[in-house]
This record gives sequence, C-alpha cells and structure tokens, in this order.
Amino acid sequence: MSAIRVRGLRKAYGGVAAVDGVDLDIAVGEVFALLGPNGAGKSTTVEILEGHRKRDAGEVEVLGGDPGRASAAWRGRIGIVLQSATDAAELTVREAVRHFAGYYPDPRDPDEVIELVGLTGKAGARAGRLSGGQRRRLDVALGIIGRPELVFLDEPTTGFDPEARRQFWSLIRLLAGEGTTILLTTHYLDEAEALADRVAVIAGGRIVAEGSPKTLGGRATAEATVRWVGADGPQVRRTADPQNLIVELSRHEELAELTVARPTLEDVYLDLIGERA
Amino acid sequence: MSTVAIGAARGRLELREFFRRKEAVVFTFSLPAFILVLLGSVFSGDMVDAGVSMSQLFTASMVGAGILSTSFITLGVGVATDREDGTLKRLRGTPMPAAAYFLGKLVLVAVASLAEVALLLAVGVLLFDVELPTDPARWLTFAWVFALGVVSCSLLGIAASGLAKSSRSAPAVMNLPYIGLQFISGVFINPIVALPAAMVGVASFFPLKWICQGMRSVFLPDGATALEMAGAWEHGLTALVLGAWCVVGLALCLATFRWTNK
Repeated sequence: MSAIRVRGLRKAYGGVAAVDGVDLDIAVGEVFALLGPNGAGKSTTVEILEGHRKRDAGEVEVLGGDPGRASAAWRGRIGIVLQSATDAAELTVREAVRHFAGYYPDPRDPDEVIELVGLTGKAGARAGRLSGGQRRRLDVALGIIGRPELVFLDEPTTGFDPEARRQFWSLIRLLAGEGTTILLTTHYLDEAEALADRVAVIAGGRIVAEGSPKTLGGRATAEATVRWVGADGPQVRRTADPQNLIVELSRHEELAELTVARPTLEDVYLDLIGERA
Repeated sequence: MSTVAIGAARGRLELREFFRRKEAVVFTFSLPAFILVLLGSVFSGDMVDAGVSMSQLFTASMVGAGILSTSFITLGVGVATDREDGTLKRLRGTPMPAAAYFLGKLVLVAVASLAEVALLLAVGVLLFDVELPTDPARWLTFAWVFALGVVSCSLLGIAASGLAKSSRSAPAVMNLPYIGLQFISGVFINPIVALPAAMVGVASFFPLKWICQGMRSVFLPDGATALEMAGAWEHGLTALVLGAWCVVGLALCLATFRWTNK
C-alpha cells in the first residue's frame, strides 16, 4: 500500500521549472530519504506533498488524499517538522507541546513526547531561550504530538552536534518501529544511510536515481578500489573481484596498509548530481 | 475540540505571549498612557463653556487612540510576525481550523484593548479629575463603540499586515496611518474644532475620528458637544462608519490574507 504516490509532478516559478516531472512511490511504514543539492527541487516537492504549496501539474496522493485540497482530518494524520521556525518564543516547551496536543483527535502524551525528544530537563524553559539543536527537537515534538501516520522531516538535524544527531536517529527508528511512514530530506549522506530503507536522488527537478542506500547507483556491484604499499611505494588498482586480486598479489609481496573500498554513498551521490571532481 | 474551544485556547496562549514580551508591554502598551500624561499636563486649562477641562478632553480622545493601538498595531505587527517566524506555516500543517486562529487574535485584542482603556481611564481619574459615568446608557454606548472600533481596526490591522515585507518593517508600516490619523482625528490636537475643517473631513473617512468622538460622548458631559465639528455626538453616523469599516476590513482580509511570505 502506498502512503505517497506521485506521477509527473511539475512546478515552475516564473517560467523556471523547479520540479520537472517527478514520480515517487513511498510505501506505508517506509523510511524514505530524498537527497539532492540546494535548489534541486527537494523542498518544493516536500512542500507540495505537505499541502503548503500548489502544484502546476501531476497526480499527487498522500494518505489517500490530495494535499492540494487538504481537509482538517487529513492534516491530523500527517506531522510536519519545520526547518527554521522561531515561533512560540515566549512559551515554555511544555506549554507549546500541550497546546498543540489540543488540535489533534488522539494525541500522544505531551510529557512523554518531551521525554522522547530529550527535552525533559528544558520543559520549563522558554522556546526562545533554547539552543539551536534543542529548538529543532521542540519542532520534532510538535511534529509528532498528533500521533501522525506520516511524518515529513525537512533537513531535521542541521545544526545538531554528533550526540544530538545519534539521539535523533534513535527517535526516528522508534517512530519507524511503530509503523510511522517517514519522508526525510537531508544533506547528510551518513544520515540517509543510517535511517532510510530507500533513497532517491533529485537533481534539476528530476529523480536521477532511486534504490536502497546499499544499491543506489549500482554501488553494490561497482568496481572496488584496492590500495596497498608495496616495494615500489603506494599502489592503487580497480577491480570487480578484489578477493582474487589480493590472493594473486600476496603471492609476490607483502601488502602493507591494505584497504579495499567500494564507492561510498557520497561518491555515488556526487556522481549522480554531476559534481564529482 | 470544537473551533470555539480551540479558539479560546489560542486566545489564552496569545495573551500569555503578549504580556510576556516585556518591552512590548512597556513601550507599546503603555505608550498611549505616557502620551496622555504629557498632553494632559501640558494643556491643563478649562473649556468653561463646555464644562470640561482640556485634560479630560485628551483622556476621552486617547481612549479611542488606545483602542487603535491595541487592535490595529497589535495585529498589523503580530500577524506579520506570525507569517515570518513560522507560526502560520506550522498552524497550516495542523488540523486547527483557520477560524480558531482569528478567534484567538480577537480574544487577545479584546482583552488587551480593555486593559488599555482601563489604564487610560485610571490616568484620567487619578490625574485629571475624570469622573466615570454612572448612567448605564453611557456604558452601553461605550460597549458598542468599543466593539465596533476593536473589530474594524483588528480587521484592518490583519489586512495591513500583508503590506509589510517583513516583521522588522511592520511597525514602521503600521505607525504611518496610526500617527497620521491621531493628528487629524482630534487625539493629539484638542478640541477637534481647532483643526482645519478639510483635515477633519479626511479623518472622517477613517475609523479613529469616530471611535474618539464616541468615547468623548461616553466620558464627557453633554455640554462638550459644543467642541465637536457637528455640535452633536452623531451616534448614528458613528455606528454607520464603523460598521462599514468592519465590512470593508473583512473583505480586505479575505482578499489579501496569506499564510506565508512566499
């Protein structure tokens, strides 16, 4: 069953296409990451799916409804985590989360959500006094308070320190474990790799590749790079069969500092968006 | 929860946020009272024929300007800020009914405006011997002038919020009509008959002149009609002009309201 189904989505600003024929299928319960450089059409696509923006053309179905004609009941089933909001600055974390719980038919317990995002110690602090990372965690709390079936996360961990990112990742895994569908956009490829069941790369308003983080862009079957330091200094060899190469080489010499590397998700990604040096 | 219940919850939230912004409370909310203290002290003579003092005239008129401040300025700046800081975008992504947002703003403006009126009357009673009316008919007049004034100026404030490119420019955009109207509507310069007729003619197209005139009819003795342009309180015309601005304001809001800056 599809949580999100998109066919031929188009959106132009002043005659310039921002989204130029995007197709997407995201299954219920899936964690899906949309990767792409700034200006690739990521945010426009997500904002259309959230019901924040009108599309020019294409079919869009989100949780069985058209986000362009969103009803209150439909909005109650999705959760949007905003990217750069500074609202509710004068309210405490607890006041804000409790208030937003009142909008939904079956909200989560506010104190549990605050605990879940790791803000229990800051529950009485004004939102305007939180650090950047804490503020983003409040945004996550407000996005999931309504017990959504589908959560949109637009670059959620920008500005997080490494520990906060790990905490955030476990929160996403927890939501996914409960069966929540998650659409995430991110700049961090390790984040996509750690969280997503599937990823798609968007560039120039089109999806240029789609697959699991392990297989994206033929990553699993791509040639491996074997590096070692031999008698004549550092050596590099590319091969589809590194095991045989190493067996063969080791008959003749000592292979110091031997490494075997497949392309990283970052290598594949940079190839796909055409920015590899 | 029903729209009304959510609207009431939003109203409580809006009030909490408003009165927690210390500098806004001190510098915006208290400004009309500060100006009243100054004007009422500078011009303290008696208008013997009309049976009122200048400072009483300023008090009644400043009540009208105070309402304009707490409704028009509060919403003009407040909604522009909500548009910029993500408040509106966030709400748009929840099942909250749009009407509940405006209901919450109405609660905020109604309470803030009543508090503003109370503050200004306290200044008038304590410093300038203003006597609060005991006749229920006068308080009834206060009620409808207050209600029509708050609603029309709130709607105009929401509509004007769209003129501001950002929340930083919003106070400047709102202050131009606010200060300009106070000069030509009989707030800063009293009695209103001291103003050139053409100026008052322009002011008559806008709500402030009528709100102030209505408030003078509540808080000043009837002899003070001698200091009005028409020599009368003109309640019918006041209700008509303010009612018309409610309709125009609503139409402007419906035509121009945007949830985001984009």
